[in-house]
Parts: sequence; C-alpha cells; structure tokens
Amino acid sequence: MAKYIGKEMSRVDGVAKVTGKAKYAAEFKVPNLAYGFIVTSTIAKGAIKSIDTTEASRAPGVIQILTHENYPKPAPPASTELKPEINTNVRDKSFRALQSDQIFFNMQPIALVLAETFEQARHAARLVRATYTPEKQVTQLASSLDKALVPNPERAAKPRGTPAEAFKSAPVKIEAEYTIPIEHHNPMEPHGAIAFWENDKLTIFDKTQGVYVVRRHLATSFNIPEENVSVISPFVGGAFGSSLRPNYYPALTAMAARVIKRPVKVIYTRQQMYTGHGYRSDTWQKISLGAEKNGKLTALIHDSRNNSSTFEDWLENTTNYTRTIYACPNAQTSQQLVRTDLSTPAPVRAPGAVSGMFALECAMDELAYALKIDPLELRLINYTEVNPDNGKPYSSKALRECYRLGAEKFGWSKRNPEPRSMRDGRLFVGWGMATGVWGAFQQPASVRIALKSDGTAHVASATADIGPGTYTVMTLIAAEYLGLSVERVKFELGDTKFPRAPVQGGSFTTASVGSAIYESANNIKRKLLELANKDSASPLRTAKLEDLEMLDGKLQIKNNSSQSVNISELMRRNNLVELVDIHEAKPSPEREKYATGAHGAQFVEVKVDLNTGFVRVTRAIEVTACGKIMNPKTSHSQEIGGIVWGIGMALQEATEIDHRFGRIMNPNLQHYHVPVNADVLDVETMFVEEDDKIVNPLGIKGMGELSMVGIPAAIANAVFHATGKRIRDLPITPDKLL
Amino acid sequence: MKSFKYSSPTDPAGAVKAVSANQSAKFLAGGTNLIDLMKEYVERPNELVDITRLNLGQIRTTTNGISIGALAKNGDTANHPLVRQNYPLLSMAILAGASGQLRNMATNGGNLMQRTRCQYFYDIAMPCNKREPGSGCGALEGLNRIHAIFGYSDKCVATYPGDMANALYALDAAAKVRGANGRERTIPIQEFHRLPGDTPQKDNNLEHGELIVAIELPKNNFANKSYYLKVRDRASYAFALVSVAAALEMNGNSIRQARIVLGSVAHKPWRSLEAEKALAGKPATEETFRAAAEAALKDAKPLEHNRYKVELGKRAIVLALQRAMTGGVSRES
Amino acid sequence: MDDKRLGEDFEINADDSSEISADEEKLLDQLGLFGESRRQFLGRGISGGLGIFALQLLAKEKALAALQSSPDAVFAQNAGLENAVKVSLKINGAAQSLEVDSRMTLLDSLRERLDLTGTKKGCDQGQCGACTVIVDGRRVLSCLTLTAQCEGKSVTTVEGLAKGDELHPMQAAFIKHDGFQCGYCTPGQLCSAVALLQEAKNGDASHVTQNLRSSARNIKLTDEEIRERMSGNICRCGAYPGIVAAIREVQSGRETAQTWHFATDDEIAAVMNKEDKTDEIV
Repeated sequence: MAKYIGKEMSRVDGVAKVTGKAKYAAEFKVPNLAYGFIVTSTIAKGAIKSIDTTEASRAPGVIQILTHENYPKPAPPASTELKPEINTNVRDKSFRALQSDQIFFNMQPIALVLAETFEQARHAARLVRATYTPEKQVTQLASSLDKALVPNPERAAKPRGTPAEAFKSAPVKIEAEYTIPIEHHNPMEPHGAIAFWENDKLTIFDKTQGVYVVRRHLATSFNIPEENVSVISPFVGGAFGSSLRPNYYPALTAMAARVIKRPVKVIYTRQQMYTGHGYRSDTWQKISLGAEKNGKLTALIHDSRNNSSTFEDWLENTTNYTRTIYACPNAQTSQQLVRTDLSTPAPVRAPGAVSGMFALECAMDELAYALKIDPLELRLINYTEVNPDNGKPYSSKALRECYRLGAEKFGWSKRNPEPRSMRDGRLFVGWGMATGVWGAFQQPASVRIALKSDGTAHVASATADIGPGTYTVMTLIAAEYLGLSVERVKFELGDTKFPRAPVQGGSFTTASVGSAIYESANNIKRKLLELANKDSASPLRTAKLEDLEMLDGKLQIKNNSSQSVNISELMRRNNLVELVDIHEAKPSPEREKYATGAHGAQFVEVKVDLNTGFVRVTRAIEVTACGKIMNPKTSHSQEIGGIVWGIGMALQEATEIDHRFGRIMNPNLQHYHVPVNADVLDVETMFVEEDDKIVNPLGIKGMGELSMVGIPAAIANAVFHATGKRIRDLPITPDKLL
Repeated sequence: MKSFKYSSPTDPAGAVKAVSANQSAKFLAGGTNLIDLMKEYVERPNELVDITRLNLGQIRTTTNGISIGALAKNGDTANHPLVRQNYPLLSMAILAGASGQLRNMATNGGNLMQRTRCQYFYDIAMPCNKREPGSGCGALEGLNRIHAIFGYSDKCVATYPGDMANALYALDAAAKVRGANGRERTIPIQEFHRLPGDTPQKDNNLEHGELIVAIELPKNNFANKSYYLKVRDRASYAFALVSVAAALEMNGNSIRQARIVLGSVAHKPWRSLEAEKALAGKPATEETFRAAAEAALKDAKPLEHNRYKVELGKRAIVLALQRAMTGGVSRES
Repeated sequence: MDDKRLGEDFEINADDSSEISADEEKLLDQLGLFGESRRQFLGRGISGGLGIFALQLLAKEKALAALQSSPDAVFAQNAGLENAVKVSLKINGAAQSLEVDSRMTLLDSLRERLDLTGTKKGCDQGQCGACTVIVDGRRVLSCLTLTAQCEGKSVTTVEGLAKGDELHPMQAAFIKHDGFQCGYCTPGQLCSAVALLQEAKNGDASHVTQNLRSSARNIKLTDEEIRERMSGNICRCGAYPGIVAAIREVQSGRETAQTWHFATDDEIAAVMNKEDKTDEIV
C-alpha cells in the first residue's frame, strides 16, 4: 500500500512561494550589478545602415553599449550560416543577437545598453538611433500558402491505404479549413538572466526549462568547456515551452558581463518577449473526412501548413495524432511550412497536438452532424485498440472509459443535438466534446540520491519545476521508495551541479526523473542489502532484493517488519555518513513493442449571449487516462491549467501583426488577452488510472499537455451547438458570432 | 523614461503655476496611464507635478446635485453612497473598467485625461498623428478592430477608451477646471473631449496647465432606470469593444427622456441625440428600443476590421435599455 | 559504484539543513514552518522540511555576497542620479529612507534596492497584477506607482503578510487549495486577496454586484464576486479555481467541494456495462 503515491500532497515549495522567499532567476542579489536594456529593430527585413550610439553613450549612468559593430569577435556563427534542420535538431542553431547587420524580423535586438541602474539603461536605450536599408517583408501565412514547402521530404509521412480514392467514393464526407493565429506563451515571469564571470568560468541565473540546454548553448557561444558554465534556475515563473530552446538573451547577457567585467542583469520587457522566445506558429489546416453511413471512417486527409522564420525551419507537428487516434484504413497527412520574416516559432503547451486536434476534432463534430450520429458515438465507432499505422497494441488505453465516464458525469445523454435548441433564459447553451491525446514519453534522466545515516535523504536532479509541482512529486516518490517521511527528503533541481536531466517539456518529467529516483532508490536498497548481509547474523540473508522494501527507516521484507534491519544503525556500523547513488534511467526497449499514449475525453458547456457575441465556458469536465497519478492535488491543477489554456486559445488569444510593417501590434497583456479569473467557472477532473508498467516502472504518463489538447475543439463544437455557427478561425471573439 | 523633475505641492495654485510655467510639465495623479506611457516613451515630460497631495478628493452634495473631487479615486467614487444611490450609472461604469487595484489608484480627473489605447499610438516605431503629428495614421488602413466608427478623420481613427466618461456624458456632468491665473471655468462634459479632425494630438479642450478640480453632476431622475453595458473580449479587465450608457426617465409607461452614450466607438464618448429622440415620448418596448438603436448607428462608418461594431452597437443599446428598465439590478449573465 | 565512495560528499552539503545557524533557525521560524495546528490546517504533507528552499537560497546569496569584483570592472563615467528624490516610508512596518531616481517605481525600489523580490514584475504596464502591494490599506499596482509618491505611506508586500512565524490565513489557504503553480503571480494574488477582505467588510461593490443602490457592510462574497474582484491578477498557470476556493474559505468560511476524483472500479463497471447493453441493442 503506497504511503504517498496517489495521495494528495501540498506543494513542498508552497511556503517559499506564498511568503515571497522563492527566488526566480533575475532576483538573486549580486554585488556590482549592471543593468542591460535591449534595443530592438523597427523594420522586419533588411540591414542596419547605421547605428548611432553617441547620444545614448553620453546619457547618465551608461557604461557601455553593445551593437553588432562592437560585439566581440570571433562570435559564434550567425544562424543564417547554418543549414537549418527541422524541429528536434535546431536547438542550438537558434537566433543569436548582434551577430551582423542583417534584420530577420521586426523587434529583433540591435543593441544592448548597459548602465548603472535600470532607469538609466531603459532611458538610454531610447536614444540609440538606427537607420536601415529595408527590404519588403512577408509575414502573412494566409497570403503565402502557395509558398509552402516540405523541408525534409524524406521524413514526410507516407499515406496509409488509398486516401484520395476513398475520400472520393465515401458516401458521407466533409471538408473544411481551420486557421489558428500566432499565440504567445506569456508566462507571468518575463525571461531574464544575471550573468557573471570568474576568470573563464561563467555563472548564470537564468529562467529556463533545462539548465543543461543553456549550458551547452553558452559553452558553444563562448567556445569554452561545458564544465566552465554554471546555470542556476531554482524557480521558474511559468514557461510553457518558451524556455526550452536557448533564447538569445542569456548569451547576450553573458557577453555583456564579459565585456564590462561585472555581473549584468537583462530582463525582457513584456514587448520583447513577443520576439524573444518563439510562439505557437500561425497554422492553416484542411481536413477531409470520408465515412460510411454507419459512421465508420474510410478516409482521413489532413493537410497542414504553418509559418516559420527565414533562418530556421520549424514544422508544427499538427498531424501526428491524426494518424493514430481513429481507426481508418486510408489516411494521409502532410506538414508544410512557409518561411516568413518573423522570429522562429517554438513549442507552446501541447505543441502541434492542440493545433492539429482542434482541426481534427472540429471536423469530427462536423462529420457527426453530416451523419446525424452523436459526436461521442462517432468517436466510439472509430475507436482503435492499436496504432493504425503499425498495428502495435497500446500498452494501455482507457480512452473508452474516459468517454463513458465523462458522458455520464456531464449528462451527455440529455443533449439535444439540434443547434440552438438549448436555452438558459436569453443565453444559448451549447454542449461540446472532444478527444485529448498526447504521448507517454520518457527521456533519459539522471538523479543523485544521498541517503544519510541520520535518517534523511538528499535527492537531486537538474530538472526544472516551471509550475507542475516537480519539487513535490519528486520528494514524494523518493520518500515512498526510500521509506522516509516526506519531511526527511530534500529534493533539489535547476542547477548544472546536479546530474543531467532532460528539459521540462513534452510532459515527460515525472516519467523520466521519477523513474530515475525509483531505480536509484532500488540501487540504494541493493547496496544496503549487501551491507547488511556482510553480517552473518543478518535477518535478510536469504531475502531476495525484490521482496524487500525500505519503510520507516528499516530495510525489511515487504509487509513484515519483524524481519528487518535498521538502516541508520547499519550505516553507522559501517562508518557511513551517507550512501550515495547516481543513476541514469532510460526508457525500456519493451516500449518498442507497443503503441503508447495518454488519452482523455473533454466535455464543455458554453453559454452564448447572441446579443453581444460573448461566450462563457460555464462547465468543463476532463476525464483523463494517463497512467498512474502521483499527486492528484497538483495533477488536478495541471488539468485546470489545460482547460484555462484551452479557453484562451478557443476564445481570446491572437498575436496580431500589421503585415505592412511585419510588426506585432499587441505585444502586451492589454491587447493580447489571456483568461482572467472571471473567465473560469466550474472545472472538474476525473482520473481513470491505468496500470501500465510498460511505459515505465512507475506507470507514469504525462498530463500537462494532454489536459489542453481537446479543449479548444470542445469549446468550438459547443459554440456550434449553441449558435449553429461553425467558427473555424480562432479565436472565437464576440465579433465572429454577431 | 526620460528623467524628470518631481514635485508634490499641497496647494492647487502652486501645482497649476508649476505646470503652466513649463510647456513640458505634466500633472501626475494616479499615474495608471501616464507612467505607462512614459515607460513607452510616448509621453516625455521633463517635469511631473504630483497633485495627489492636493485636497481635491471630496464627494459632496451641492445645491443642484453632487460634486466629485477630481482627485477622488475611481474606486471610492463608485462606492460612495451618494453616487451609488443617486447616480448608479456612474458606479456601474467605473466598476466595469480596469481592476480593483487600478481603480484604487486612478483618479476621476485622470480618468477623463486618459489617452487612447490604439496600438499605433502606443508603439513609437509606428506612424501615429496623435503621438507625432504628420507621421500618418497607422490604424486607418491597418489593424482597426478596436477603432472608431463615428467622428474620425483621415488623420486619426482612435477611440477614447474609458468607461467613466460615458456615464458622465449621459448624466450631463461638467468639469470644473482651474487655470494659470487662478481663474476657474466650467466645461460641460460634452465639450470636454474633442474629435480628432486635423489635430488628433489634442484629446480635449483643456489648456496647458489647466487643472481639473471637480466633476459636477446635476440632479436627475435617471437613478431608477439606468444601465451601463460593456462588451469586451473577456469577462473582465479588458477595454470595451463597445459599451453603452443608457438612462431613462419614465412618465408612466412612456419614456419622458433618455440618454444613450456609446463608448469605444469614437474619439470621445458618443452621445446619440438621434436615439434619445427616438425614445422620448415612446412606450418602453423592444420595438422602441430597436428603433432607437437603428437611429443611433445609422450614420456609423465602419473601417475594414470593425464592421461588427455597427451590429454590436445596436444590440448592445437594446440590451442596455432592457436592463435599465429592470432598474439596473440584473447584472451580467 | 564502489562502497568506499559511498561516504564521499562531493557536491552539495554546504547548505545542509541538519546544521543550521541561529539566523537560519530564526528564518525558519519566520516562515512559520513549525507548529502542529498550522500543519493540520494546511493539510497533509505540509511539514517541517519546507524551510530548505529559504535556506538553500540564503546560502546561495551568502556565496554571491562574497563575490570578488574584477579589478578591470567598467563603471559609468557619469553615474550620478539626475532628479533624485528623498523618500521616507514604511515597508512591512519598518521605516525606510531612500534616495531614488524620480523615475524609480515602487516596484523597482522593492526589488532592486530593498531586496524585497517577493513583489513581482510581470508586465511593468499595469496589465497583469503581479506587482500588487498594499499601500495604506489598499491594493495598488507598484509598477505604476512612483517611489517618490510614497512619501509617508505604509507599504505591505507579500513578505509582510505573515505575522512572525504565523502564516496569514490567506497564505495558508492558498497552499491548501493549490492556488498557484509556478508561484510568480502568487504574491500579487495574495496582496490582492488580503486587501479584498477589507473591501468586502466596507461593503464595496463590484461589476457583478446586483443592485448598486442597496448597500451593506460585511458582505459575504459569492464565487462570482470573488472571480470578478480577482480579475486584475492574471495567473497564466490558470490556478483560478484554487484561488477562489482559498479566498472563499478565508472570507466566508465556506468549504469547497473537492472537484477531482479517481474513477472507482464500480463507476467504470457501471458505465462500461451500460455500453455493452447499448451495443447489444444496436
């Protein structure tokens, strides 16, 4: 019986966060600190003709101004000189500041002003004058769809069956286009860093989802060994993908610190965040679905195009789950990109999946209406127990249970499918549903456990906690398997002095780092058994490792404390102050035999005021099958977060570009709307646990992305049900419903 | 933000004198708009005269209504018993705006002075005749979903973004201002803000150095039947797409007189005399309200991205009038 | 790994909480980490080990304070403050005298001068609420408040909410209801929520208050009222339901129904059986 796993636990960093003691990257107090303020371009494409820093340099407090003209050389190669590759390999070929006179996007950094105070730096930044040789920019996806290209044709997905023919001959079909604008992460904490050098050693406090990524980026930027770079990031004020890839400011900050030989702090303004860390790409998608009259899908064609930059090829992985979520013999997916004069996109919560599933799950709803079949029933009719691409069975998949439980809980059977048929006074009521899906990933991850003879443990891994509760869940997993109470376990993260862990992304942190802790605790157990059995009188001499547990400070036969060894005493007898294990956990090859994934069903109710076009999500139920839940309290918060993000994406969020200037015109939180408290009403979560030891030893699948994936489609479907209006162009703002 | 001299006089005469003496000086009250614009380098005063220590915060009855101190905070004003009881429309309008924190900072005078939220005005890299006369209007043929449908010029299509002033227009308020020579004058609120014309840089008809000292509200019979409706992109803490201040005075079952003021549709709160005329003397029915709404929007000239405001404006007027008839009791949803 | 290395301590024990100084003890006390009653109130799992965060950070900052400045460090030629303003104010009960650049906001004074980094900079434009502090009893945005305007005022930041070793009930309720994830908006949410209690006592109205013409003091806020009144504090993690639950509990004593649960075997069996039957009929 688990002591901690699966039980509610409040955050171990809760007190630090509610008392203001938790220190985020740009908050560390460093002596002799200088402040940097970034100056950005006012054109989208072309070259800097001249940059005049005379007046700015004379402004009070100014120490130094960096531009491409005086940026120390040899600088790392400019990003354009590198051959771009697609998503997974671009990580360290990201945009770097002040490398040349070339302008690739509007609001590109062109100078960094260093001054004694923030006020002085900010003011002097306004005095830097640049002139340009502009070229005509292209920043609009919609008008450039014909320029779409497949960057790596050899990696493009092959059709399954004969989709074109099947679509042509399908008795019932729908075909529709869906568009999603650029969206920005907008974490509450702006990206920032403090950097300083001690001889050739660099220390940087940075907001990041992966300290090792930043370390590698800086080591290559300055051509120094990775060991010379120390990256510290104990608390991250939200990131959502914006700190996965190296952003340009850490290297810029570190260079500034090197030039003026002082610690330097640089923080993006909210405006600078809009071109400083990527965004969810602008996507255009076309879905064609063909079905038999009984609802069986016969053809599924998904064409997706997204914008990228001119210097890196970014493909939004929108069609991944289209191929696997429904049984359909004929499927064809294609992903293309259009190079635009904007900064490079980046992963944003549920990258690819939420965009693709918005299109697919709206299309499924449209098909359900065309077939006159209940939308939930249509999903069940096309349910698949195997990956249709390769026939592999799922290691676990309780999606059917999610659909049924969600429908029951929501009251789906009372839904009158007729649009505009349900009312609450003046308001039109709509019920919509959609499927959520995400991978059950695991990445190699390392951990160090030091079990101490005083009955405490120190556990560390260079992972991050951007908000999901990693400090807490790692503490509880370690406490569970080391047999200690949680207050005796101290878990640390966010520092390159700790063993390597993957970035916090892809919803794989708990599966990856949690597995490492579990396996490392097993190693500790084995070492303790070896120690114990050096003693001929050990009560565990005949015990097998797998029959043993660590519990309440004892190594004992499972559920049998009469045959036990006191661990502290054992360590003291052997003169050990601590017992250390460093371990890397890797995904098991067993996984290859199976299809794996996390699934969910989402049901939402909207109420629409057709006088004002205003939509409210009045009720949302998430039913989730993502393996074993470690901490339902923080998991529930992840689910809520996914719903709130879904509300934002469906109803509010859009980055607006004036294409005449190629410039983002709402780089702030007054015109870029994210949900506020009043936008979020009743939210409920149900966990359908799966017992899946194939995905990893603890049976953990991720949920941070999954929780969001189906929500925008569910909301759009509910809006259709409420109003009879099918809005395929997000966000569904009031003007679109009048 | 440009460096500036800071002072905080305690007498209005001193404050007015200080600003009058320096063309580049500004009054600083709640700071909720000015400080932001200074950070963006849209406003670049070299001197700020902090007026928050002036004793201009009282809300009191006068022979003909009430007087609201220019430096009373928005939040205090909305919650003052005299305002809630007699001018609930004003409370509603104020409470529909910004957030609790901002309303605790923002003053009534400052609210009248707030500048447009046009994206082009805010971004000094972009053309904007209001910020930099002669540089052009970025919004005219650009992103103009939130811009004007009435009263604009080819020089400027920005809107006045506030809520409070829309209610003040409906309530026939007047601003009492004090000038450099110590002379006070009263500006009827309808003459306070300007349309952009050829000089969009001027938001209103105050002279440099003139200080708003109070806002005066005459007695009226609208308290029973008034409503402030605000339509926005999210449930709270957002500027209006369209807002409506509606007030009715009844004579039995028919409307004796009405006020209809639309917000976020023009460079100033847009009072519709046509709609008011369509309501006067008519029974308070949906048909009447629809006719008034049609009259109000008849001359609207939408831009490329804000056509929706015409239909939204009509529906919002009808809804606001219906709610006004319930005594303004029924709020959102 | 060879057993001989087991006892080696090669990296991180400088900040070991098993040996804490008197100062650090005091800090732990200030954080309110001990005491059974509070532990119970906070719910399961909140317990003594939490001080580590403060201690680790304290250790890091101690190390940073000792950082040697480079002999070649470059400083501004012309570093004097233009338009300096002297300000005396109270922060979390303690008198402070500062000489600041007239441009310096209260937010930047707190974070960059007074090392009170609990107050957060989210947008620096009055559009997010992360910088909310309480000035003379009212919640305001410190990013749009000039320090110069705070002469004689009394400022409370998140660092000043706890009374000695006792968390403010609102802080405890935020932990209990998981009213945050990344924690960055939390100080602003807390200051807003604490000030809100007084606003409700005063009988202040909001945008969703029914009938503004009737007023009463000591109002119990509905969830709708709490949501509207807290809408000036954006939480991108979306912890709003937890925030509302925390405020509801502190403000009106109303308990919150749990909004998550594990599907039980019976529940699953019930719906899946139903499905089987439906399938048969079909």
